[in-house]
Amino acid sequence: MQDKSQTSYKQLEMKSKYTNMFLRWFLYFALILFALYFIFPLYVMVVTSLKTMEEIRQGTLLTWPSGLNFESWAVAWGGRGYGAGDTFLRPYFWNSFKMVVPAVFFSTFIGAMTGYVLTKWRFKGDQWVFLFLLFGCFIPFQAILLPMARTLGVLGISNSIIGLVLVHTVYGIPFTTLFFRNYYISVPTELVKAARIDGAGFFKIFFKILLPISAPIIVVTVIWQFTQIWNDFLFGSTFSFGKAAPIQVALNNMVLSSTSVKEYNVDMASAIIAGIPTLIVYVLAGKYFIRGLTSGAVKG
Amino acid sequence: MLKWLEKNLPKIVMAPAVGLIGWFVYGFVLWTLYISFTNSKILPKYELWGVGQYFKLWGSRKWLIAVDNLLIFTALFLIFCVVIGIILAIFLDQKIRAEGVLRTIYLYPMALSFIVTGTAWKWILNPTLGIQKMFIDWGFENFTFDWLVNREMAIYTIVIAGVWQSAGFVMALFLAGLRSVEDEIVKAAKIDGANLFTVYWKILLPMMRPVFFTSFVILVHISIKSYDLIVALTQGGPGISTTMPALYMTQTAFHKSQVGLSAASAIMMFMAVAAVIIPYLYSELRRENAR
Repeated sequence: MQDKSQTSYKQLEMKSKYTNMFLRWFLYFALILFALYFIFPLYVMVVTSLKTMEEIRQGTLLTWPSGLNFESWAVAWGGRGYGAGDTFLRPYFWNSFKMVVPAVFFSTFIGAMTGYVLTKWRFKGDQWVFLFLLFGCFIPFQAILLPMARTLGVLGISNSIIGLVLVHTVYGIPFTTLFFRNYYISVPTELVKAARIDGAGFFKIFFKILLPISAPIIVVTVIWQFTQIWNDFLFGSTFSFGKAAPIQVALNNMVLSSTSVKEYNVDMASAIIAGIPTLIVYVLAGKYFIRGLTSGAVKG
Repeated sequence: MLKWLEKNLPKIVMAPAVGLIGWFVYGFVLWTLYISFTNSKILPKYELWGVGQYFKLWGSRKWLIAVDNLLIFTALFLIFCVVIGIILAIFLDQKIRAEGVLRTIYLYPMALSFIVTGTAWKWILNPTLGIQKMFIDWGFENFTFDWLVNREMAIYTIVIAGVWQSAGFVMALFLAGLRSVEDEIVKAAKIDGANLFTVYWKILLPMMRPVFFTSFVILVHISIKSYDLIVALTQGGPGISTTMPALYMTQTAFHKSQVGLSAASAIMMFMAVAAVIIPYLYSELRRENAR
């Protein structure tokens, strides 16, 4: 009697072990299937960019290229060299860098300062000031495009890199403020109070106490701003054209420009070139990228 | 004087940020609001004209199509992003090997611009050489997939690309949420005999209410603003079948030179976003104060 119940218990245990194993397999199968779905467009982009147009017409999206043929990359980056009408990405790529570096620097610096004041030098109504800035994260930029276009015109910096630097700096401030404010709020205020009693001033406290421990949040903020500004299309396409355009605008123009023959391989190479800087940053510093993404979202 | 400076230094440091945002965000929105009440065409005019532009807007077929598309897109975008995001988060939460690699794969689209991914999707979805040809070459001779050039279906291609881009983001939010739940709660439920499904369905997911709320707000706000993806994928076409409010606004302002009308459409977008965001910010701030 007792024996019997014991075996059935064992059977039951075995059975649940098998279901568990089955579930595990299913889990991995599903996860890999999703991974393939997410990889698919990137794979197609890379493979297509390495094919000739002949190969593209003969094969399918998934067909492996016959060799490592970087010609479309060269054309996308440097053109064919026939002068007028030859559009290629190189100058616009550097435009984007010239726009991104100062804009990221200024917006990060301003954000660090406001975040510092909002947490360590609190004043009456500072919560409202924070909310006032925070709302800027969300406004649909369509609501400021018209006056911005006029303002840039009045300042004489429409269709210029400087104009775009200004635009990206200003509309980055709400995000950078949010990041630094949420980071500094967890730094014990006692530290600042003690320094104040010792006679340290506003800037000394910032540079000696807060800045040295700010490396993680600076990385998060810089990555966030870099990605946002590099990937921007709305501002770039509204406030610049021709030679002053950033890379996303140039990419879109290149893909849309309807020459007689559509060169998908060059299109894909161009798209990869426009995406590579942010992709590299993501692969190298994914942890910080995700932190920016989730904290930027969870708190506004 | 020096004393005053020292005392007010924090506020002086704050001033540029507050001033810039005050001018470039609030001032500009007010300017747009004012212009929406005028009869501005190519150049802004400052005599008030009343609410005519709003009547014109809501009587315009193109705007109605844009709003319709926005509703379709938002609904599908929300549902698919949240469902896929939750599934991925729960699956990844099962002590998976190579979790880091998988997470990186699910989230990399967020690092790319909509123009880059839109270009890729446009190529994949094009009927002559894209997915359709792939299936035909595999022997499914009658396979057709022409959504991109089909008036009725083109909006769904934007959903496909949008969900692909943003589902990983929802996953990251939920994964962070699930990881912040204490193990004790799950252990206690398991001791009481709850299986894994019940633990998630009855205990963990209901605890994720704030994450649902956040995802909802972020996704709706992304979809109201969506512009780049449409430009890259369809330019609003075929015809005007995939126009959305953001595209309507820029086209009306910069191609049709109807500044007053486009300001009215921008204000409608602003109000839609505000309706979602203000309650969210309010509740966030209250939660923070309660802590």
